[in-house]
Amino acid sequence: MSLALDQPLRVVNVGLELFASALEAAGVCVVHVDWRPPAGGPEVAALLARLDD
Amino acid sequence: MPVRTVVRRSYYRDSMVLMRVAEALRALPGVREAAALMGTPANHELLVSAGLATEETKDAVPGDLVIAIRADSDASAEAGLAEVERILTERRPTDAAAGRALPRTLESALRQMPDANLVAISVPGDYAKLEALRALRRGLHVFLFSDNVSLGDEIELKRAALERRVFCMGPDCGTAYINGVGLGFANVVPRGRVGYVAASGTGLQAVVSRVAALGEGVSHAIGVGGRDLSAEVGGIMTDLALEALAADPTTEAIVVISKPPAPAVVPKLETAIGRIAKPVVVCCLGARPAASGAGRWVATLDDAAESVVATLRGGAWAPRPFTDVPGVRARLARARTQAPRGATILGLYTGGTLAHEAGLVLEPLVGTTAYRLVDLGDDEFTRGRPHPMIDPEARAARVREAGQAAEVGVLLLDLVLGRAVHPDPATPLVAAVYDARRAAAAAGRAFVAIASVVGTDGDPQDLRRQIATLEGAGVEVLPSNAQAARFAALVIRPGLEAALLGGS
Amino acid sequence: MTVDIKAANREAIERLCRARPTWTGMTTAREALGLTGRTLLHSGPPIGWERMCPIMRGAVMCAIQFEGWATTPAEAERLAGSGEIAFAPCHSRGAVAPMAGVISAGTPLIVVEDRANGTSAWSFMGTGPGPQLRFGAHGPEALGRLAWNRDVLAPALQRVLEREGPLDLAAHMAQALAMGDEMHMRNAASTALLTKALAGPLAGVVPEATQLERILRFLTRDNDQFFLTWAMCAAKAAARAIEGIAGCTIVSTMARNGVEFGIRVAGLGDRWFTGPASVVAGSYFPGFTAADANRDVGDSAIMETYGLGGMAMAASPAVTRIVGAKSVTDAIETTRRMGEICVGRNAGFPIGTLDWEGTPTGIDIRKVVATGIVPAINTAIAHRDVGVARIIGAGISTPPLEPFVAALVACGDSFDAAGRA
Repeated sequence: MSLALDQPLRVVNVGLELFASALEAAGVCVVHVDWRPPAGGPEVAALLARLDD
Repeated sequence: MPVRTVVRRSYYRDSMVLMRVAEALRALPGVREAAALMGTPANHELLVSAGLATEETKDAVPGDLVIAIRADSDASAEAGLAEVERILTERRPTDAAAGRALPRTLESALRQMPDANLVAISVPGDYAKLEALRALRRGLHVFLFSDNVSLGDEIELKRAALERRVFCMGPDCGTAYINGVGLGFANVVPRGRVGYVAASGTGLQAVVSRVAALGEGVSHAIGVGGRDLSAEVGGIMTDLALEALAADPTTEAIVVISKPPAPAVVPKLETAIGRIAKPVVVCCLGARPAASGAGRWVATLDDAAESVVATLRGGAWAPRPFTDVPGVRARLARARTQAPRGATILGLYTGGTLAHEAGLVLEPLVGTTAYRLVDLGDDEFTRGRPHPMIDPEARAARVREAGQAAEVGVLLLDLVLGRAVHPDPATPLVAAVYDARRAAAAAGRAFVAIASVVGTDGDPQDLRRQIATLEGAGVEVLPSNAQAARFAALVIRPGLEAALLGGS
Repeated sequence: MTVDIKAANREAIERLCRARPTWTGMTTAREALGLTGRTLLHSGPPIGWERMCPIMRGAVMCAIQFEGWATTPAEAERLAGSGEIAFAPCHSRGAVAPMAGVISAGTPLIVVEDRANGTSAWSFMGTGPGPQLRFGAHGPEALGRLAWNRDVLAPALQRVLEREGPLDLAAHMAQALAMGDEMHMRNAASTALLTKALAGPLAGVVPEATQLERILRFLTRDNDQFFLTWAMCAAKAAARAIEGIAGCTIVSTMARNGVEFGIRVAGLGDRWFTGPASVVAGSYFPGFTAADANRDVGDSAIMETYGLGGMAMAASPAVTRIVGAKSVTDAIETTRRMGEICVGRNAGFPIGTLDWEGTPTGIDIRKVVATGIVPAINTAIAHRDVGVARIIGAGISTPPLEPFVAALVACGDSFDAAGRA
């Protein structure tokens, strides 16, 4: 299976907004996610990871 | 207090709208009580019991709107009526797209962009695994800038990536390029024919920038994070990246940049490199360079850049301490005009790989007690603070302190440019250097400031202006970090001249 | 126990979206819910007499007198606190009741069957303006209205059914949605459409003219929320279809009893996860303020569970004023925000202002916890004083996050997701 490196980059950015801005400045299509940590902190995040599908 | 009422005949608004109108009225200064109701019998009773019914209102029929206001003054009541008018007649712009809130999850982002192919993740380390897993499970490449991800989680992520044959670039991956587009802290370089597999931080930035200065561009630079070549992770992503670059028609030569691989991983790495028909340059800082065997192993980042360019152009290449010996001599002469100074080198770095490389260069030349290198991008300095490449203040403070330290004879610095990095890192650095010099001078001391700049002509910070700013402050700017470190050694150990500068 | 959460949730969305809620009958709680002895059903998660808020106690006192177990409010109150009465949530029997609603053996109920999924749900009919059981009223007027529903309205509707056959509520509700109802706090269109469907048949089955006039006036005057309990049954029948799907993380119940807010999750069976019922942020009728307000109460959050109410606010510009913002844009944003916590979109309820995208359906507790976005529940606000016993405003209720987190933890304990790399 090809690793598909030849496609134009279309990015979802989760986290630092400055990376999304930098990508936009480089002419890349990017959707920035307004991410916030889950209530209950890292333990809950670990639980969410376990229950993710 | 009189009640002011108005009846709007045949003017229907439903009860929710009117409740809101009443709310707005009651919030106005001077308004004690207010009602906005259709003239139904039930509402008439309400008006009476609230003391808001008047002669005027009693004839209102159910299709009529009744406004009633009890206010401190006529003026307040009139203002209230004007407000009602405003609310009932205002129109709002309905451009949903313009006012739309950002998506809150990857999944809703993918509704907006169903053909996304990469997710860039820079959330705090505790949450990085969850976000990365979500992306990998959807068959998307991941650029994982986050650090403080456990080794166990890294292995789980990389296995998930391998299974789906997508990249998990990181954790702790600061820079990458796909199709020439930079991710994270990336320098602006042309698209070209050199591919990279890198740990990947300022080491990658340094090589990519130097290669660009020598006239070649980047095809892809796949970051694998600092622990990929550990025994535990076993080089999973390095393997996948080498395979991809070997198969990529636009890549003509490959550079591998990393810390030294774990002994258990070396054979696997050499085998993988040996299978590739294209030239491979390996810069695993701290590993002994090998002339034979798979790939060409080099000692420093600038060696990697020069070596791969030379190979592409069919020329020969050999490492040398300095690329501009006369220039170094001139700088040395300048340095020697300084007043008595301390005997040690203090390196204040924003790039961890660069700090590491400096140490590898300095140790054999001056011995470990003659220098101290601080990587200000390290976890211990960045908890709760932005990275020094984004916020120069942490390093500036330390530069100022260095002015007070009698033992510091040489200040060794890096300056990293690129997208997402501070827009003008030279200026605050230089201001701090001035302050430090003043403090030293007051104590009858001086120090030599030495720097290298990682950047390209395409970077937003204006490379030439950054170099000029440094040089204008008397900072000696060398063409690479390794050369800057060697120059620092020369300054405190004049005896090295013969070895490093030769007879010319 | 290893489960496939993705498949389970997909199955749940399919069931919710294909639901065909249909009004099929009239009955009593005695017949349909097996309410024998002295059992009373109440809205919200389980609660005993001691902890009930005053207006729910008022509703209980009303129901006790309605059943003839007591002849005065004081007697009813004594009986209620005596331990002779058993209390259970309406939800425990497949029923739903709005506000501080209470169902007793003799309560006339509408029957809604989900013809696609084979489930049923029941609720009572509204009694129109004036003192109502659901707000805690328990005097002669409230009792009189309940008796009229039982003795006049229910039989008339029964005869309509016999004559006309069952009524498809799904199409009805989709039409009302397109007419600007979200079917929780705004049912003007749905009630009008119901009246339209019933008017002719009623004229055919109610022989006595004054009686017919009385029924029609009841349906058409100051009674815009009449369809609410019908909508709640439709939602409940559909929601029951997802109960018990192993590994499903979608909310099957959301309900409040004026003291606590509770949820149940499809894959976790009957377990309730509760938190304090919220103070509702809202707009008040003249003469009333937040200090008068009862906390969030009622089973009507089943509407949001089904993808209507606050979830569908973008379809209802008229209801936006409740949200605390004055623009339709905010209503659209609310529905979009709800989209962040839902697994699917119900194409059977398309929303015009969103270019006919289906309403967000299937609240996934994982998404609620991950984003911190809780369902937005449009709701009426009741007066807290049982002596006043009336609606005093409307608003949007923000339920507590803790029950969703507790449910998530329970999911983690009960099942591990399959399909790991």
